[in-house]
Amino acid sequence: MWTVAKREIGSYFKSPIAYVLIGLFILLISIFFWPRLQGSRGDFISILGDMGFFLIFIVPILTMKILAEDRKNGTEVLLMTSPTSLFKIVLGKFIAAYTVFLVITIISLIYPIIIVIFSGAFTIQLAGGYLGFLLLGGAFISIGVLASASTENQIIAAIISFVALLVMWVADTLSASVGGVVGTVLTWISLISRYQVFTKGILGFAEVIYLISFTAIILFLTVRLIERRRWTQG
Amino acid sequence: MIEIINLTKKYGQVVAVNNISFSVQKGEILGFLGPNGAGKSTTMNIITGYLPSTAGTVKVDGFDILTHPEEVKKRIGFLPEAPPLYRDMTVTEYLSFVSSLKKVPKNKQKGQMADIMELVGLTDHRRRLIDNLSKGYRQRVGLAQALVGNPEVLILDEPTVGLDPKQIIEIRRVIKALAQERTIILSSHILPEVSAICERVVIINKGVIAAEDTPQRLSSDINQFLKLTMIIKGDQNLIVNTAKSIDGVKYIEASAKAGENTYKYVMDADKDVRDEMFFKMAGINCPILESKPSTMTLEDIFINVVTKGTEVN
Repeated sequence: MWTVAKREIGSYFKSPIAYVLIGLFILLISIFFWPRLQGSRGDFISILGDMGFFLIFIVPILTMKILAEDRKNGTEVLLMTSPTSLFKIVLGKFIAAYTVFLVITIISLIYPIIIVIFSGAFTIQLAGGYLGFLLLGGAFISIGVLASASTENQIIAAIISFVALLVMWVADTLSASVGGVVGTVLTWISLISRYQVFTKGILGFAEVIYLISFTAIILFLTVRLIERRRWTQG
Repeated sequence: MIEIINLTKKYGQVVAVNNISFSVQKGEILGFLGPNGAGKSTTMNIITGYLPSTAGTVKVDGFDILTHPEEVKKRIGFLPEAPPLYRDMTVTEYLSFVSSLKKVPKNKQKGQMADIMELVGLTDHRRRLIDNLSKGYRQRVGLAQALVGNPEVLILDEPTVGLDPKQIIEIRRVIKALAQERTIILSSHILPEVSAICERVVIINKGVIAAEDTPQRLSSDINQFLKLTMIIKGDQNLIVNTAKSIDGVKYIEASAKAGENTYKYVMDADKDVRDEMFFKMAGINCPILESKPSTMTLEDIFINVVTKGTEVN
């Protein structure tokens, strides 16, 4: 598990992907951060909502290669014939993508630090908001990993996860207008409604459990998907 | 060491491997021959646990691949058709990744890697990025990867494909050296290779086993008739007609001019006619300058078995 994770992290930082994503993310935050700084507003927590939205663009690029590349290059054979369980392989891949996400998150901390320095006010809500952001990142990455397992084409994987994340993002709004059974189902997968609880400065225990279980279930589905593919087509 | 019992693999409606059974003893090198699409790679992928079978059992060292996959995988080193390489790593980085993946103890990794690189001739290239290596060297990295963890069983899917003749000889030497303490299944298109390395050959065609024996026995089995190549001096027509009068000669023809009034002949007989041929030719004053049997190569057998589908056993 750690072996796979370590290799994958190394691979991220050897290619331009990690740096491009970090740069992109920082640029996006800066664009949103600047007006607030000018308006002397000290509520960084509202930016966390925007940061969640940026992840819809970042995560598909981050995760697109994670399993699809192994399938394309034939390295999947090496992983699958090694005495390591499939779940550990998938988990290792997830940890790798999550590590890059953590690096991005840590770098983004400079913005709240600037605010805390100038306003002198560190709020526990901000820490809670960041916890929500970390959990949301995990859930998003698991979706990306699942999408990457479904195809050997990285571009397709990126598009699938992008669409899936977008649907989840608007699920709340959609469910209100659709209503009925579909509406109910949509609220189940609405990650944003859970995340918004954090960005309002509330630490919701139910939301924490929801996001963690969501991630775990999607990773489990990823393992099932790969297993199923091996049995049906090979 | 390896037991394959009634193995079947279907891809949808297509039957890739149809109810094949064979076993490999400990320390044996088994050659796995067959034309493209015969089911060689599929069988190997199933033995290594990469693909599940549709029906049938594969046991390695007594462990069933379906019920004890990790026990089986621990014992197998696998070189697939396309070497599973991460091109963004150097040879050393890659091999230490594989070492960890195969759970080689940390303190043993370095020594083992050095031994393997020495064995396959990679020591000078250990710091190079795999992406920058030539095909031949990538194949060596693939072979090195299979050797990591010192597995008892090696499954090599066309190990010499894409190598130049010098490298092929080197890799064959390596495989032969490895065979002393390991069980090896090796697939190949190149038939002399199989007869040079393997103790036993399984010929597979369209998903079924077409023949199974030692290379020597396979050649003698099919070789029921004698093929001779002779160089005889004298009148061509006279020689051909005289030879045809011998009981047992099925076919004789002058194939090439070999000198003044001298021709090379190829003949087929269904029994040993060398004695009679000698006296008859002496009788008509046509000396046999040269005579040699052209025994069937594994290549002939292969084509024979695969095209005619004759059962040899």
